[in-house]
Amino acid sequence: MSIIIKNINKSFNQVIAVNDVSFEVKKGELFGLIGPDGAGKTTIFRILTTLLFADKGFAKVAGFDVIKDYKKIRSNVGYMPGRFSLYQDLTVEENLTFFATIFGTTIEENYDLIKDIYIQIEPFKNRRAGKLSGGMKQKLALSCALIHKPKVLFLDEPTTGVDPVSRKEFWEMLKRLQQKGITILVSTPYMDEAALCDRIALIQNGKILQIDDPKEIVKHFPTTIYDIKANNIYKLLLALKEYKHSYSVYPFGEFVHYTDKRDAFDTKELFQFLKDKGLNNIIIQPTETTIEDTFMELAK
Amino acid sequence: MNTILYIVQKEFKQIFRNKGMLPIIFILPLLQLLILSNAATFEIKNIKFSYIDNDKSSNSRLLIEKFDASTYFNVISNFSSIKEAKAAMSKGEVEVILEIPINFERQLSNHKDTDLSITINAIDGAAAGVQSVYINQIVQTFNKNITISLSTPTENKSSTKIIESIPSFWYNITLNYKTFMVPGILVLLVSMITLFLSGMNIVREKEIGTLEQMNVTPIKKSQFIIGKLFPFWIIGFVLLTIGLVISKIIFNTPMVGSLWLIYFYTAIYLLVILGMGLFISNFTDTQQQAMFIAWFFIVIFILMSGLFTPIESMPYWAQILTEFNPIKYFVEIMRMVMLKGSNFVDIIPLLIKTLFYAVIMNGLAVWSYKKTN
Repeated sequence: MSIIIKNINKSFNQVIAVNDVSFEVKKGELFGLIGPDGAGKTTIFRILTTLLFADKGFAKVAGFDVIKDYKKIRSNVGYMPGRFSLYQDLTVEENLTFFATIFGTTIEENYDLIKDIYIQIEPFKNRRAGKLSGGMKQKLALSCALIHKPKVLFLDEPTTGVDPVSRKEFWEMLKRLQQKGITILVSTPYMDEAALCDRIALIQNGKILQIDDPKEIVKHFPTTIYDIKANNIYKLLLALKEYKHSYSVYPFGEFVHYTDKRDAFDTKELFQFLKDKGLNNIIIQPTETTIEDTFMELAK
Repeated sequence: MNTILYIVQKEFKQIFRNKGMLPIIFILPLLQLLILSNAATFEIKNIKFSYIDNDKSSNSRLLIEKFDASTYFNVISNFSSIKEAKAAMSKGEVEVILEIPINFERQLSNHKDTDLSITINAIDGAAAGVQSVYINQIVQTFNKNITISLSTPTENKSSTKIIESIPSFWYNITLNYKTFMVPGILVLLVSMITLFLSGMNIVREKEIGTLEQMNVTPIKKSQFIIGKLFPFWIIGFVLLTIGLVISKIIFNTPMVGSLWLIYFYTAIYLLVILGMGLFISNFTDTQQQAMFIAWFFIVIFILMSGLFTPIESMPYWAQILTEFNPIKYFVEIMRMVMLKGSNFVDIIPLLIKTLFYAVIMNGLAVWSYKKTN
């Protein structure tokens, strides 16, 4: 096991940030912590990277205890905090060399590991880090976190504030790193990214809601979800909530996601109900369950 | 070792790339030295002087002429009554009023005592004190001359038994204030700049988030601290050197003692200041907070350093407090070595106190610096 967390608790002045969290990450796994802002993702990262002591519980990273062997953890993990935290007044190359030196290595020694990523920012190696675009900053930060060939990589919301194309590229890079045997723990508030992980933990208010393969998590969803659309979304939402058999109603893109209390459910009846409410252009169709739906259901 | 060197190198790169910081580090202190050394004088010239001559005798005119001849006094006007003079004082037109009584000359020739009334605007107490001394000096010289000239040759021997003290000012013969202000102000800049920079430096890493990144690296606490503070130790020396050169070339300050001794002391003194800076940055989260705290201490240190007001004139409790003021030690050492030529043995007591201070300050700073919270 690369990461073991058992019954970790952490509070900040009575606010419980992490509440009895336990999970394990296998070696070479790409594990996602999925949850909204303030769910406690960063606190878990900080405990695992030895920046914060847990109030209770026990954690091991790469086989080392986070409290007793914190020094060993520091040379065996790479951490990329959510906020860009490299030296903005140093150039791309200087930042990378700096972190390599601190870890007692050189760029050349582990160049093969960062090559794919670094090659994209190499043309700008004499540019100051502060002058890079968001996506390039991300790549530089990842290169710096990888320069000492860590066994475990911690990425705290790496794609927040990054454009969709760069986000996609970034996840492709993670997949390639995973193939090189690096265990990756990544957190994200984006549910669509969750599907790219091997396993995910859904987390809210410091509590783990569920841990599973993203495909399995979706399968656990109890009923069928329907996409419903009409000429007036707001009226539609109100009408659906009023409907006596409705179980859950929430907007989802251009549709409203609707589930019914009954197992067997006749869409015609609902269609008629909505029509009576004065709605037009009504579409009702079953849809595939997404992780977001599961999350909404679990967080209820 | 390699790591420390690399951090030092990084730190220097950052300092020299910070276009806003460079002039603050090197140009402002020197401007301060030039301006303060010329401005912070205790001499008062062109005092607005006025008089009321009720006697209108040759001797009273002689006294007024003495004031007129002095460069310290500017005889602005004479008033016919004390009422007018007071009105002028309250308007701020005059600062000193001298009132010569009727029968001034007659009383003097009869060998009787006579009084002069002097009114001084004491809104600025320190200035009033200095003005009073000047006036006394002029009146006393006048008094001595008049006693001699009024006495007959026969009584001469018996009546002129005046004890006169002639001070000789060692180590600063002409009492040139620049001679003792320049070394002190030099101390101020070295302390101020190094404290501010070192105080803000680690906080800055906290603020921009790089400290968190550094904390997950295997770098040792001591390596990081030394690497971060060493550049400011060097900058302290650079400032001292530039300052010494300026005081020699522009102010021609005497440098009697060994400059090596000054550098040696500075090496230890800077450790105190850097430790203090680190301590401040450990307890603050933003550069702004660090700056305020550093200012608070610097202001107290400067005012209680004996640079502008003598420590001897402070109340006893304040004198004890100055024992905790590193700037006081440095000012004292600078004056001792530069003006008096004190040697190593002379400064040993102060050196030991500073060394002790450095150990305590750095101990506290390193102890309170945590990589984990």
